[in-house]
Amino acid sequence: MSARLSRVSIGIALFIGAAISLYPLFFMLSTSLQPNAVILEYPPRLWPSEPTWDHYWEAWNSQQFGRSLLNSAFVTVAAFFALFALSSMLAFAYSRFEFRGKRISWLVLMACLTIPVMTLIIPQFVMIRDMGLYDSYWALVLVYTASGIPFTTFLLKGFFDSISREIDESVFMDGGSSRLLFLRIVMPLSKPAFVPAIIFNALYIWEEFPWALTIINDPAKRTLPVALANFQGQYTTQWGVVFAGSLLALLPILVLFLFLQRYLIRGMTAGAVKG
Amino acid sequence: MYAKKLRRDAYLFFIPGFLFVCWFIVYPLVQNFLYSFYDFRLTRLSDKTFIGLDNYHAIFHEKLLWISLRNLLYYGLLTVPGQMVLGFLAAYALYRSFPGVKFFRAVYFVPVVTSWVVASLVFKFIFTDRGFLNYLLTDKLHWTSAPVSWLSTPFLALTVLALLGIWKGIGWVMVLYLAALQNVPQSLYDAAKVDGAGAWQRLVHITIPSVRQTSSFIQVMLIIGSFNVFTSVMLMTGGGPLHETEVLLSWMYNKAFKHYDLGYAAALAYLFALPIAVLNWLQMRRDKESD
Repeated sequence: MSARLSRVSIGIALFIGAAISLYPLFFMLSTSLQPNAVILEYPPRLWPSEPTWDHYWEAWNSQQFGRSLLNSAFVTVAAFFALFALSSMLAFAYSRFEFRGKRISWLVLMACLTIPVMTLIIPQFVMIRDMGLYDSYWALVLVYTASGIPFTTFLLKGFFDSISREIDESVFMDGGSSRLLFLRIVMPLSKPAFVPAIIFNALYIWEEFPWALTIINDPAKRTLPVALANFQGQYTTQWGVVFAGSLLALLPILVLFLFLQRYLIRGMTAGAVKG
Repeated sequence: MYAKKLRRDAYLFFIPGFLFVCWFIVYPLVQNFLYSFYDFRLTRLSDKTFIGLDNYHAIFHEKLLWISLRNLLYYGLLTVPGQMVLGFLAAYALYRSFPGVKFFRAVYFVPVVTSWVVASLVFKFIFTDRGFLNYLLTDKLHWTSAPVSWLSTPFLALTVLALLGIWKGIGWVMVLYLAALQNVPQSLYDAAKVDGAGAWQRLVHITIPSVRQTSSFIQVMLIIGSFNVFTSVMLMTGGGPLHETEVLLSWMYNKAFKHYDLGYAAALAYLFALPIAVLNWLQMRRDKESD
């Protein structure tokens, strides 16, 4: 009896939690579907009585939105390539080799993990400016790549370590190179470890705000978060367009997450984060 | 010869990534330290003057230091335990499979996927003076006689910022705990059941100690996260009214890019980043030793 009661109360708590998690999204959706006149009415309406897609068309057609979507996609993809190439090689080096400076450089990398990224914004700004990269995609790609390396390397190394070393020996015995071991064996076996790494980095890069706000000046080069924040400043009362744009920006990352989430926990269980 | 070849390979894998980190993280970290001793203006970057500890001196005589410290402390005290407790409870309820478990796991992770910018905008909209919450409290439930100015009352604004932080972070904590809980051996629970331990005792004596290392990792990450609060402050209160909701990063950002005082801002960044790094470092070492 009491077990059943506690199960029911847990169920109720879970539903309340789910409602709170989704409530702001629902709010965005309902606001974005209402005409401006209705949004400004008081009392506010929670349910759109005459839904309209106008705000979506308006957001989509406004020049800065479409452009910033492309910018974000480009920057994310470019940074992903660099980030995963460099991090997986680095993790492989730490997992499979002994070399001079291994311990100390690992400590440096882990120290980088604990530094709040934004405290570096001033020297990074000066450096990027000195390199002549102010207001360029490079400024975004380079810094996003570097910022993602410590955590990604940490995650991947944990997984690489769990792959048996006997495989290494048999590869080398057969005359295989370390490149072969890396590309044909360790990387394919580590697919689960890439899932949390992809999700965390996609979230970080896709939604990064302060750096993009600082280093990009040209409206045509803005990424999504900056464009959205700017939307709000520009159309102070046009919440419908702001939320329509926000939902469109959320969509790709939500799809990516729903697609990958089945593997997320498995990847983390097997990886570095252990009980 | 074989070993020598392997050592050469090691550097091929190691150098590109590590060099990149040194270039864009370690080197700026050193630069930041140096800048903090200079009178260094965004408006004349090529011409900086060494002024010793003047920037630090100025910071300690600034009232904003105590305001932003107080605000960070309040934010951290609400968000770190808030996310940990609720994230753990969610994981504890969802780590065994039952019909619908996947739905809840996905739903609880949705706020994590929502970007800071988007989340800040929605919260701002919900908590505006003529927003839905005030309508509910004043006109429907009659709990308040007049609309509450959530975002222009410093204490309430900070609380709203913290609520946003908690809302957005629970899912992340939950996922980390889900992974950890699945590694707790079932045999421990079975043994405890045989000994007659109840659900509460199993939770306190088996589950919580078993995920101790994950808890410690999460705690470190959440403390860093609470120091990193910036976007929500910028978009929801802008640090106002009268700088009362300013936190370290919003203050630093305004000093650097609105007042163009890079040296001062660099000193600020250092002053805050250093204790955090040391704290986390100590915690990580302690975890390593207790293994």
